[in-house]
Amino acid sequence: MDYVLSLIGPMAEGAKVTLSLFFITLFLSVPLGLALALARISKWPLLSTAVNGYIWLMRGTPLMLQLLFVYFALPFVPVIGIRLPDFPAAVVAFALNYAAYFAEIFRAGIQAVERGQYEGSKVLGMNYLQTLRRIVLPQMVQRVLPPMSNETITLVKDTSLIYVLALNDILRTARGIVQRDFTTTPFLVAAVFYLAMTLILTWLFQRMEKRYAKFDE
Amino acid sequence: MPNSTNSTAGSAAEGREIMIEAREITKSFGNVQVLKGVSLTLRKGEVVAIIGPSGSGKSTFLRCLNHLEIIDGGSITVEGEVLATAVPDAPSRYAGDADVRRICRKMGMVFQSFNLFPHMTVLQNIIEAPMTVKRQSRGTAIPKAEALLAKVGLQAKRDNYPGRLSGGQKQRVAIARALAMEPDIMLFDEPTSALDPELTVEVLRTMRQLAEEHMTMLVVTHEMGFAREVAHRVIFMDEGRIVETAESSEFFLNPRQERTRAFLGQML
Repeated sequence: MDYVLSLIGPMAEGAKVTLSLFFITLFLSVPLGLALALARISKWPLLSTAVNGYIWLMRGTPLMLQLLFVYFALPFVPVIGIRLPDFPAAVVAFALNYAAYFAEIFRAGIQAVERGQYEGSKVLGMNYLQTLRRIVLPQMVQRVLPPMSNETITLVKDTSLIYVLALNDILRTARGIVQRDFTTTPFLVAAVFYLAMTLILTWLFQRMEKRYAKFDE
Repeated sequence: MPNSTNSTAGSAAEGREIMIEAREITKSFGNVQVLKGVSLTLRKGEVVAIIGPSGSGKSTFLRCLNHLEIIDGGSITVEGEVLATAVPDAPSRYAGDADVRRICRKMGMVFQSFNLFPHMTVLQNIIEAPMTVKRQSRGTAIPKAEALLAKVGLQAKRDNYPGRLSGGQKQRVAIARALAMEPDIMLFDEPTSALDPELTVEVLRTMRQLAEEHMTMLVVTHEMGFAREVAHRVIFMDEGRIVETAESSEFFLNPRQERTRAFLGQML
């Protein structure tokens, strides 16, 4: 038991890295995903096609590959070539990748809002932005909560991929201790950390779903 | 086309200010021409019912008037302001976006499917547009909304979500919501077609009350009773054209066109 308690300190350090990546990724990829979703359903075919291509690229290649690309290959790309330190590189890869997934979720949520809602807004004199902000997006939020819950829980676990950039998140910290102490107990502790985080997320999303369910019959 | 088409049948409203002037509206969906040159003059305080079989183009015509559908040909003027101008051998030309929005704001609309905002309470539904579009303060918008709710008899439902209301209540909220923008003209697109007969009554009562207050109203409806008792003038449409238009008493007593008689025979 004392051994387990002694692990909590270093694992908590790892959790800081995991959580920072998680929150920064969410903070960046949700607005970016929304912008991509709107671009994807926009009237301009060029924009919509470009976003389509982007989403295909991001969903069609492994996140691990994107992570390695941003860190190792991006510096050699002409014009946009930039050398990023390890953590920022991870943030960029994660945000770009997750934005693509969120974009598709948001698009589906926006398109599920009935045409009558747009017409109802229009005859009241509301313009596109007002309709979007006041009528469409609030209704979209309710619809996207279940898939968003899925995706954010996946994000918690995907953060463990940053071990390839030698960042000491929960899992890499655990692995280090396993190799040092010749016991697999740290893996169990790591599992508990992940479970705790996903439990809180699950609970948060359920609460939000309940709040939004009140206007649904 | 028969002569009666252009007759306004000596309506009492004649000479009053013209609210909507639509000329020779044409509109196709794909290869199907649903409006084949429909004209209408709606004067201040007039209540006009548009009736006709399904697919006659009556709803489409109504939706063209407030830009929910884009017309192919013809012109639309609302209170002297040009919404769309006819262009020879080309699609009608519309005013700019901001002008279109401003002109269409003179018209309120009520839909068959209500189109209330499900994520807002009854009160929020009503104050939404006055606050976001007219930039009214909450303090100004709420008392007005409450007065409108009282008018349609739904004060008690103020804080309910639309999902909890009956169809008739939803439609009365929709009417209050449209009135909150203080339109000069109200367009009704089959407002009772989705309702049970007993719920229809309460909506018609609200509309009748509005007519008594001299609101200018254009109503697409299947309710012959409403057309006969409340409307001043009835327009009968079939296959994308106006077949007959007459003062409502005249229309129901002495329909001139064979097609009208056949239709009324089915309905009454």
